[in-house]
Amino acid sequence: MSFINLKDKIVQVKIVYYGPGRCGKTTNLEYINRTFRKQIVSEMVSLKTHGDRTLFFDFLPFDMGQIKGYDIKIQLYTVPGQVKYNATRKLVLRGVDGIVFVADAMEKQREKNIRSLNQLHENLQSYKESIFKIPLVMQYNKVDLKEHGIPILPIEVLEKDLNSRLQVPYFEASAITGYNVAATLKKIISSSVISIQKKLL
Amino acid sequence: MNYGIVSQEQLEQIDTILTDKLIKLGVDCVIIIDMAGNIITARDNGESKYDVYSFAALAAGNFATVDAMAKLVGEQEFSLLFHKGQESNIHFSKIDEELLLISMFGRDISLGFLRLNVVDVIEKIRKVWEKKG
Repeated sequence: MSFINLKDKIVQVKIVYYGPGRCGKTTNLEYINRTFRKQIVSEMVSLKTHGDRTLFFDFLPFDMGQIKGYDIKIQLYTVPGQVKYNATRKLVLRGVDGIVFVADAMEKQREKNIRSLNQLHENLQSYKESIFKIPLVMQYNKVDLKEHGIPILPIEVLEKDLNSRLQVPYFEASAITGYNVAATLKKIISSSVISIQKKLL
Repeated sequence: MNYGIVSQEQLEQIDTILTDKLIKLGVDCVIIIDMAGNIITARDNGESKYDVYSFAALAAGNFATVDAMAKLVGEQEFSLLFHKGQESNIHFSKIDEELLLISMFGRDISLGFLRLNVVDVIEKIRKVWEKKG
């Protein structure tokens, strides 16, 4: 649920990066944090384990300027990807306005992507939200690994596995080099803002 | 899902309650957030420089975690939380299912006195919030 402050003219939009463990959710946020420093007023907050894995979430507030006189404040979150942390994943999803599903394009991760997406579907249901209705963007991450000789899934396979029913916008990306990280972010911000506008009308 | 829109008038009423009942008492900073981590409003004494957006995200996470723990031990909820530090303290109190009141205060105020005032503030805010259309 985005919160709209009519007095100070601020709209807060919550966007969550979701996906299986080690798919690159935190790396997406780290890249955004480095690249768009000017629009970011505060530090990125990361709650992680000693082994540098996300324990609860990462949080990055992001100013997007104004739409019709309203300041748009984007709040980016990641969930912990490890299987055992589903209870915390659910908590982070509370009140979400838009989701980026980060899939790991490595061949050996195929099944994990599907499982994670199914769980997202279930988790959203527990908040009476539908994966078919909420603004969603697919990001097929790690496509740069192909150059290093690591087998990755062809886009057609990823599309068939994850996006054949959802039919949402998708991007091939490499969070570590920044390829299509900004494009993914722009897409999810615009879908989320449009969806909020529609609900208000 | 209902969208959280409060009228300017309601926000002003809430801000007045917070200022009169808590900031004037000596509380450094008061924030009302929703359980998704959005800030509804924030008031301070003009001196504190907290990063309220990060604070709201962490506070919502913190409260949600404690809430989940409450369910595990068979409690309906733990409706208030208190963190004590050397120089500053944080007090969390649930307003309703969606809202949380967070007060940050130093050593000059006793916890008991703050709690009395928080109870009063929450009652007043609930009345304003109920009128939300």
